[in-house]
Amino acid sequence: MSISVSQIRKDFPIFERTVRGGKSLVYLDSGATSQKPISVIEAESNFYKLHNAAAHRGAHQLAEEATDAYEGARQIVADFLAAPGGADEIIFTKSATESLNLLAYAMGNAPIGNRFALERGDRIVVTEMEHHANLVPWQQLASRTGADLAWFGITDEGRLDLSNIDEIITRNTKIVSLTHQSNVLGTINPLSEIITRAHEVGAIVILDACQSVPHMAVNVETLGIDFLAFSGHKSLGPTGVGILWGRKDLLDELPPFLYGGSMVRSVDMTGATWSAVPQKFEAGVPNMAQAVGLGEALTYLTQLGMDNVSAHEHALTGYLLEKMSFISDLTVVGPTKNLSRGGAISFTLGNIHPHDVGQYLDSQGVAVRTGHHCAWPLAKRMQVPATTRASLYIYNDESDCDVLIEAIQGASKYFGSR
Amino acid sequence: MPPNILGVVKMELDSLYQEVILDHYKHPQHKGLNSTFDAQVHHVNTSCGDEVTLNINLDGYCITSLSWDGQGCSISQASVSMMSDLLTGKTLEEAAFIVKNFIDLMGSKGTSIGDPLILEDAVAFAGVSKFPGRVKCALLGWMAYKDVAIQAQAKN
Repeated sequence: MSISVSQIRKDFPIFERTVRGGKSLVYLDSGATSQKPISVIEAESNFYKLHNAAAHRGAHQLAEEATDAYEGARQIVADFLAAPGGADEIIFTKSATESLNLLAYAMGNAPIGNRFALERGDRIVVTEMEHHANLVPWQQLASRTGADLAWFGITDEGRLDLSNIDEIITRNTKIVSLTHQSNVLGTINPLSEIITRAHEVGAIVILDACQSVPHMAVNVETLGIDFLAFSGHKSLGPTGVGILWGRKDLLDELPPFLYGGSMVRSVDMTGATWSAVPQKFEAGVPNMAQAVGLGEALTYLTQLGMDNVSAHEHALTGYLLEKMSFISDLTVVGPTKNLSRGGAISFTLGNIHPHDVGQYLDSQGVAVRTGHHCAWPLAKRMQVPATTRASLYIYNDESDCDVLIEAIQGASKYFGSR
Repeated sequence: MPPNILGVVKMELDSLYQEVILDHYKHPQHKGLNSTFDAQVHHVNTSCGDEVTLNINLDGYCITSLSWDGQGCSISQASVSMMSDLLTGKTLEEAAFIVKNFIDLMGSKGTSIGDPLILEDAVAFAGVSKFPGRVKCALLGWMAYKDVAIQAQAKN
């Protein structure tokens, strides 16, 4: 089965509207956030309309229904990721950013003797292509604990440079945290060599999967990673919900991050003990409607088939990269070969600043993102102050790419001829 | 200017990218930092990476020179260029009045055309106020000026 974009677009109400004076919406900013199918919007809305109550609290029917809906969504996420330990390994957060911060703060709380405890001389490894959300929390953890931060560099093509892997992932490395797919370059990182080396030295591997889980089949067991974070809103789901997956034995040993209601087993005036995972990491009434919406989103993706999703995006990426190659003043920042890369394509256009390119594209109904895409060190490494990024998803087709290409040529003329 | 073949949207775009703005972008004024200065600031739009370094030279309360360097979009760079042109030779008091007028214009959401007697060519940025995402681009240099003026006065 392949994907029918015209069928899919009927599921997304946003495509019924126009932008900028009647232009059709060409939405190429799914790397920032995806649009939502009606089933997700209704699932979130129906939770409020029909079942709203505080999950895991309340002695009434609505509370039971809310709990069932919320825990049902947890099971859907577990199945989607093929979590070996099932739903107990899924923690709902408010965002992928919070998921990564949860790890960094929880590890910072680890007492001496705990496997996550860091001390001077230990090492945390990231890459030069990380989103700020998978860089700054580790910088801060390093500075709080005295651990040092090291990173893999990047080749000019935008691939990880693994030539010095043994010097980067040293014997004293405790954490290796990296992106699965770059939100700027589109690069899909090779994981097996890194994971093998990390585990050889006893380090845990954390995957920022924000740009991969929505776009390809991700099986945490097959990958062999230890933790994974992704965001709901990039995966057709609502904003305000993110996921942290971790291996059960690791989550058991990891100290809590947020303290409060529903994460405690017992409390007296001098102390407390913790609930089992996942409740240990879910203090406070959670974002239930959003979790339920995410469950519906992943169900939608499962019905399409993640292999179909990635095949569709791969074909479309190839189409767009080829079209772009004919625009002489356009430079793709990232791999130009459609190999181990996803549908986030960043580019520069002559010396026209990306904000100006983006503004012109917007006037043509084309929605893209411009700037450093929350990966400032990467922009510096690639020696560009900013880029324009088009990012593709299931509701895009070749005609969207054609409109983009025409608009890029229009921008060249608009800023060049005046 | 190319023929107006795209209708209303094109006119909206042209209201943003006035000729005089693109002129300043392509031929920036006062760009290149003075080696001596009374104060220097470096301002960055963290959300987009646009940046400007601004030097000020004062003679008493008179601005004898503003010089700058930077990188960014046409709006941010043209704005700092025009601001430097406009404020050079003014007193700090006059400059503060002009800056406040410009900031008010940027907050007008397209309802003001700006006062050319005060802002001169900088009224060209009136169209920017209709694009909320670009207001901070237009203000980058002006906020840098407010900062550098305070620092220079504190020092003198």
